[in-house]
Order: sequence, then structure tokens, then C-alpha cells
Amino acid sequence: MTDLVEHEARPAPPPAPPASLKSRHRSEAFARRLRARHAAERRFRLAGAAAVGLAALMLVLLLGSIVSKGYSAFWEARIRLEVTLDPAEVADRNYNALLRRALYAQFPQVTDRAGKRTLNDLLSSGAPYELEAMVVKDPAIVGTTRTLWVRADDEIDQLLKGHYRRDLPEAERGLSDAKVAAADALLASAALAQGFNTTLFTAGDSREPEQAGVGGAIVGSLLTLLVTMALSVPVGVAAAVYLEEFAPKTRWTDLIEVNINNLAAVPSIIFGLLGLAVFLGFFGMPRSAPLVGGLVMALMTLPVIIIASRVALKAVPPSIREAALGIGASPLQTVLHHVLPLAMPGILTGTIIGMARALGETAPLLMIGMVAFIVDVPHGLTDSATVLPVQIYMWADSPERAFTERTSAAILILLGFLILMNGLAVILRKMFERRW
Amino acid sequence: MQLTLLALILALLTVIGFQLGRSRAAASVGGRVAELHSVPSYHGLYVALWAGLPAAALFVLGTASEGWLAMQLVLSGLPDRLTAGDVQSLSLLKADILNLAHGVATGREPDPAVVAAARRYTSLRSLADWSLLAVGASLAVAGLAWGRHRVGPDLRARTAVERVTRVALVVCSLVAIVTTVGIVLSLLFEALRFFTVVSPLDFLFGTHWSPQMAMRADQVGSSGSFGAIPLFAGTALITVVAMLVAVPIGLMAAIYMSEYAGRGVRIWLKPALEILAGIPTVVYGFFAALTMAPFVRSVGGALGLDVSSESALAAGIVMGVMIIPFVSSLSDDVINAVPQSLRDGSYGLGATKSETIKQVVLPAALPGIVAAVMLAVSRAIGETMIVTMASGLTANLTANPLQAVTTVTTQIATLLVGDQEFDSPKTLSAFGLGLVLFGVTLCLNVVALRVVQTYREKYD
Repeated sequence: MTDLVEHEARPAPPPAPPASLKSRHRSEAFARRLRARHAAERRFRLAGAAAVGLAALMLVLLLGSIVSKGYSAFWEARIRLEVTLDPAEVADRNYNALLRRALYAQFPQVTDRAGKRTLNDLLSSGAPYELEAMVVKDPAIVGTTRTLWVRADDEIDQLLKGHYRRDLPEAERGLSDAKVAAADALLASAALAQGFNTTLFTAGDSREPEQAGVGGAIVGSLLTLLVTMALSVPVGVAAAVYLEEFAPKTRWTDLIEVNINNLAAVPSIIFGLLGLAVFLGFFGMPRSAPLVGGLVMALMTLPVIIIASRVALKAVPPSIREAALGIGASPLQTVLHHVLPLAMPGILTGTIIGMARALGETAPLLMIGMVAFIVDVPHGLTDSATVLPVQIYMWADSPERAFTERTSAAILILLGFLILMNGLAVILRKMFERRW
Repeated sequence: MQLTLLALILALLTVIGFQLGRSRAAASVGGRVAELHSVPSYHGLYVALWAGLPAAALFVLGTASEGWLAMQLVLSGLPDRLTAGDVQSLSLLKADILNLAHGVATGREPDPAVVAAARRYTSLRSLADWSLLAVGASLAVAGLAWGRHRVGPDLRARTAVERVTRVALVVCSLVAIVTTVGIVLSLLFEALRFFTVVSPLDFLFGTHWSPQMAMRADQVGSSGSFGAIPLFAGTALITVVAMLVAVPIGLMAAIYMSEYAGRGVRIWLKPALEILAGIPTVVYGFFAALTMAPFVRSVGGALGLDVSSESALAAGIVMGVMIIPFVSSLSDDVINAVPQSLRDGSYGLGATKSETIKQVVLPAALPGIVAAVMLAVSRAIGETMIVTMASGLTANLTANPLQAVTTVTTQIATLLVGDQEFDSPKTLSAFGLGLVLFGVTLCLNVVALRVVQTYREKYD
């Protein structure tokens, strides 16, 4: 705006000698003004493009930083051991000793206590349980010698992925030289390798990064979403049908409308306070349960679904309604048999987008205790559970290097789900889009 | 278990009722369906409703009240020495009984009377469950029989079914109102309890925030201080930073996309911005804490500035990025609503495109843009995860964006995460903060939505 004001403020051109109109428009001053205006135009346009570019750059930075931090978590380090399943030790459930013995066998030169402790630390503390599960599954292997790939400790995993700087002195590196040497020795004999990390998808939470997974959180998210969907979709669609098709235009329905629009803009954490005070405090429902999480989320997504459904219902042309009424359908039949089916694709799209938002929501669930440390995969609606975004929040707080990587991987999994849902919404819209 | 059984029985009876009603309606006119007032399936629905609705109402009522009822009965049977205490010890007693009844270890040696009470509670609950099952099932059967009895050629089954459906629709549309009322009441109720301990004036205008309450009454600093001004200032600071990022970028992006970009560019740019809007806030929080904050710190260090590792600047910038698509899509709508004739008039006078935008389109769209910014501010104030993960926890009264500040939402989240007793001022203060947050965002939203509405009507 300043450019133009400047032009107006500029002193009027000196009273030119009476010349023709043509020459005045070719004067030096005019050309200068025009150039300035065109430059201003270009600057403005460039500023617009820069703004869009900046936003896009931020998107790329955000996704780039998460992918670059997280992709390596889909692999994990494993150590090859020749484990002899001594029946006596198996009977004592002393799987740890079996694994250690097999590991010491690969390092015959290590005999001192400290050296052995270093070797012990190479293995994940979850490895004995892995072995136990294997024995329980197939008791016939007891007494034999097996070649097993056992999960390594997260420090070794991180070393293999290059997250420890080898050139730093021991004190700054955070990983002892002895462990690095042991890992190198294993690498040299091809007894240390990386494989696909299935734990990440199947396990629940753990204090040990190499045993932690988002399996429990995914199940928790699914259970929560199930409750949300079962409650908010029928209620939301019914409310939209009433408001759009039947409600008389009165102060009362105006109030409902204003209320729904405002509810859609209420901060999500307020819904958490509501859940805490009403569902947990007043009704005494269990903490951390997907049931309560789903209830809170349902109240939160309800306005989104109502608004989307109303838009979809509004898009159905009145001629459909008039035709149905004309052949004798009751108003309710008109809506349920003709208008609603035609509006369904739009309603579904809105619903999926609402569900995607509920899937990514964190703050209200912190309030109702879904932030607990839960190792088990939940089995029911009232079990303690956590959800994917809350799991991300908790891991983001963990100091271990390996958890940063896992947090990013969990974000990638969450984004994967969101892309899937939004993609579905886009496909639905494209398939059923109808211009009247 | 009994309740699941009851739900299954109800579902089964409803289906049976539908079949019975339909076939009886058809049979009552000897298969000449045209003689019926309503088509047979409406008769089926009619019977199904009679079978299902009353019993379902009883089911809901029963499950909601039986725990409370059983507890009252158990408490009345306990010796006075246990129940005579104040509210807190009573709620502790109830929790003990419930834990024992559910077989959860309470961590201390339970009183024999409490153990007996827990046993009594369990048996009462199971008695209530069984009687609910019996009454519910018989009510459903009776309803089914009554509905089936009514079926006939003259029964206005469709009218009756439609009346019930209409009522159900109205009830569904009231859920939104009930939610708002629930929010207001729960916030008010808990906040009032908080304000009996801490005066509202101290809360709103105090400048020192440290919500730690001492365990013993005689401890030094035994009452925490609840002056919320540092929180409000911190929220305002981060919001200002976020707006400084989001409004120029969002507005310019909207102008560029609606006025300059060709169709081919727009169909790629718009979804890209929508992706930015669809990313969960916890992801932004992670980005802010692990990428943006160290970046801001190192840039500040290179410039010789002392930047806190949890600076308001980093959280604000990331929050601004999150709000960009919000501002741009709202402004886009507003700019597109400006009639083309205004632009054409301006072009006709020889104005360039940017002059038209700056002097005609933007002034015409100004009310809508202001409303969009207000909605964005309300979003920024209420945003929780970014600030919880990337801004500090210490209440710091400062206007320097390079320092760590804390916000209202951060405090609510940290005060209420984990197990606390529900009636300490520390916990209740979160509801006081929630009330303020709700009030402020509600005012912003109401005004902004009204402006948008009148604006839309003006150009329609």
C-alpha cells in the first residue's frame, strides 16, 4: 500500500509546456512511475510466492526431520549365538545363563569379571524371555544346540546405526571402548547384523528401548476410535438430519446451531477437563480406559460430523425431496429413503476426516489418565490402555537416544494411518462425487 | 456378565419382535397388504420398539444407579466409627471397599469390617445384576406381547414409529447443548471449590505461580501461591510469536493462491497446506522440542544472544506454522467471497493487480480476515501439546521470547497428569485455569463467528 501513497504524496509534476496528451504519457516522470508500480506488483507477487514457499518448506523440513530420525528404527541389531539348551538350566528357567554361556564362547579370551559384564550388556535384557517363549512353544528343542539370532541391547543397536561417534573419546561418546571393541569383533565374525524390527509393531511399552513397541498403543487407539465412531456417527448424523430437514427456524434451533459452531472451536484440553470431572469424577468410570477416551473423543468430534453432514444434506437438491413427497412418502421416509442415501458419501468423507482428527488428538487423553505406562496390549474397553499420540508424547520425554528414533518411527506409523484415512476420504469423494 | 447377557437378550427379542410384528400384520389381512394402514415392516418396527425401548431404558437406569445404591446400602450397615469421618475419609473408605471387592490390593491391612462390607457389596451387586436381568427380560417379553397384541389393519404403526424416530432425532441434536452445559457446569463447579480456598482476585491478578502444596500444615510455605498472571503473560507471548508467523504467511499464501496462482499450481498447493493442517499436534510438539528449539538456540548463540533451551520463540514459531493453513483457508474463503465486480471496477480504472488487492479486495475482506485472525488466536491460546512439549514449566513473568515461559494449557496438563487427590487446591486450580481458558476462547469464537456470518450475508 505504501508505494501508491508515496506516489500520491509526490509533488505534482511541474506544469509542463502545453503539449499533447500523448507526450505527457510518454514523459520521463510517467515512465518512472509506471516502472515503480510494476516493480511493486512484482514484489507483491513474489511475497505471495515466498509465503507459500515458506509454508511448503516448513512441511518438508518437518517431514524430512522426522523421516531422517525415524526410518532406522524399523531395523534392529541381533546377535548370532550358538545356544546349547541344557535341560538342567531350562528346568531352572535359567535362560540368562544359557545365553551368556553361548556369548562367552564367542570370546574365549575374555575371562575377567569386568570383561564378562561388558559382554552381558551386549544382549537385550529381554533376550531370556524371547528364548523362554521359544522353548515353551516348541519343547522339543531342549537338549539341542541351536543357532539363534538374539536381540542386542539398544546401545549396540545405536552403535550399528552410526548414532554414536566413534572418533570421540570414550567419556564423551557415552559408550565404553570395550563395548565398541566387542561389537566390532562380533561384526567381524558376522555374528552381529540388522534385521527387520517386528517388536516395534507388536510389543507394548517398555523402559528398555529395544523391547518397546507401539503394538499396545495401536490396539488402544483402535479401541478408542471404535467407541468414538459408535457414538458420534449415529448421534451426529441424526442431529444433522433434524437440524437440516425438520427443525423449525426458531430461537431454540438458532441456539443449537451457534452452540455447535462454538463447540467445534473449543480447545481440546477443555474436553479433557470435562471427561475428568464428569466421567471419572462423577460417574466413577475407570481411569486410562479406551471407553472413557472414546466418550471424550466422541463429544469432541460430534460437532465436526454434524457440520459435515449438514453440508452434505444441504447439497442434495430440493427436487429429490419434492418428488418423494409428491408420490406420497412421509417427511421421514423422504429423508431416510432418498435424501440420506444421496448425502451418504459426503457424510462418510466428513466422518473419516473427523476420525482422523480424533486419532491424532492427545491433550484430552492426558487428562483422563491414558498417559500411564502400560506394558500389556489391552484386550477390552475397560482395560488400561494408551493411544498412539500419547505413546509418542511419552517416548519424546525419554532421555535414551534409541527412544528418539522410536518416537520418530511411531510418528511415521501414526502419519501412515492418517494418510490412509485421508486417502480413503479423497477416494470416496472422487468416486461418489455428484454434481446436480 | 449378567448385563452382557441382558443386552444380548434384548437384541434377540427386538429382532424376534420385528419378525413377529411383520408376519402378524400381513396375516391379519390375509396377505392383502394394501388393506393395512402401514406396510408390514412398520408393524415389525412397532413391535420391536415396544420390546426394546422400555427394557433398554431400565437397563441404562439400572447400570447407572446400582453401584451407587449398593454402596449406600453397604455404608448404612457399617459401624459408625468408620463412617463418621469427613468427606475425604469417607471417599477413601469407599475406594477401599471397591478395591477389595474387585480384588485389587490396597497396600494396607484392611479392617475386618471393611472386608465384610466389600463382601456384602459384591453380593449386593450380583443380586442387583441378576434382578436387573430378570426384570429387564420380563419387561421386554411383556412389551413384545403388548405390541404384538396391538398389531392389526387399523394400527397406525408408521405414525407411531415416526413419532419415536422424530423424538430420537431431537434428543440427538440436544447432545451438543448437553455437552456445552456439561463443560460449563463441571468447570464452574470445580473452579468454585478452588475459589473457596484461593480468592479469585489473587488468582487473576497475582504475579507469583507455584502450585506446590505442602504435605504438612506447619511446613514452610505451606500454601502454594496461585497468581496466574505469569501464565497469562506466557500464553500471550507465545500467541504473539505464533501470530507473527502465521498471519503474514497465511494471509499472503491465501492471496497468492486465490489471486495469482493458476489452476494447475493451486490443485497442488492447497492439499499441501491441508497436510500441514492434518498433522497431529504432538508431532509439532516433537518437532519443536527436538529440532526447532536447538536450532533457535544455536542461531541465538551464533548471534551472541542467551537463548533458553525451551524458548518461547521456538514453541511460538512451530505453533505459527501449525496455524498457517488455518489462517490461509479461512482468508481464502473470505477473499473469494469478495464480488468480482469490485475487482473489475478497480482494473477498469487502471490499477494493477496488487493495487487492486491492497486497496479494494483487502479492505472489503477486512472484517472476515479479522475474524479469521481471532479464530486463529483462539486456536493458539488453546493449543496444548506444542507448549507442553517445547515450552518450560517454570512460571516466568517476562516479555523476552528467548526465555522459557509457561502457558495456561501447559499448567493444566501438568497439574492433572498422573494420580492426584481430586480435591487439593493444586488439582482444582487446573479447573480455574480451564474456566478462564474456556471463557476467553468462547468470547473470541462467538464474536468471530458472528462477524464471519454477517460478512457472508453482506455479499451473498
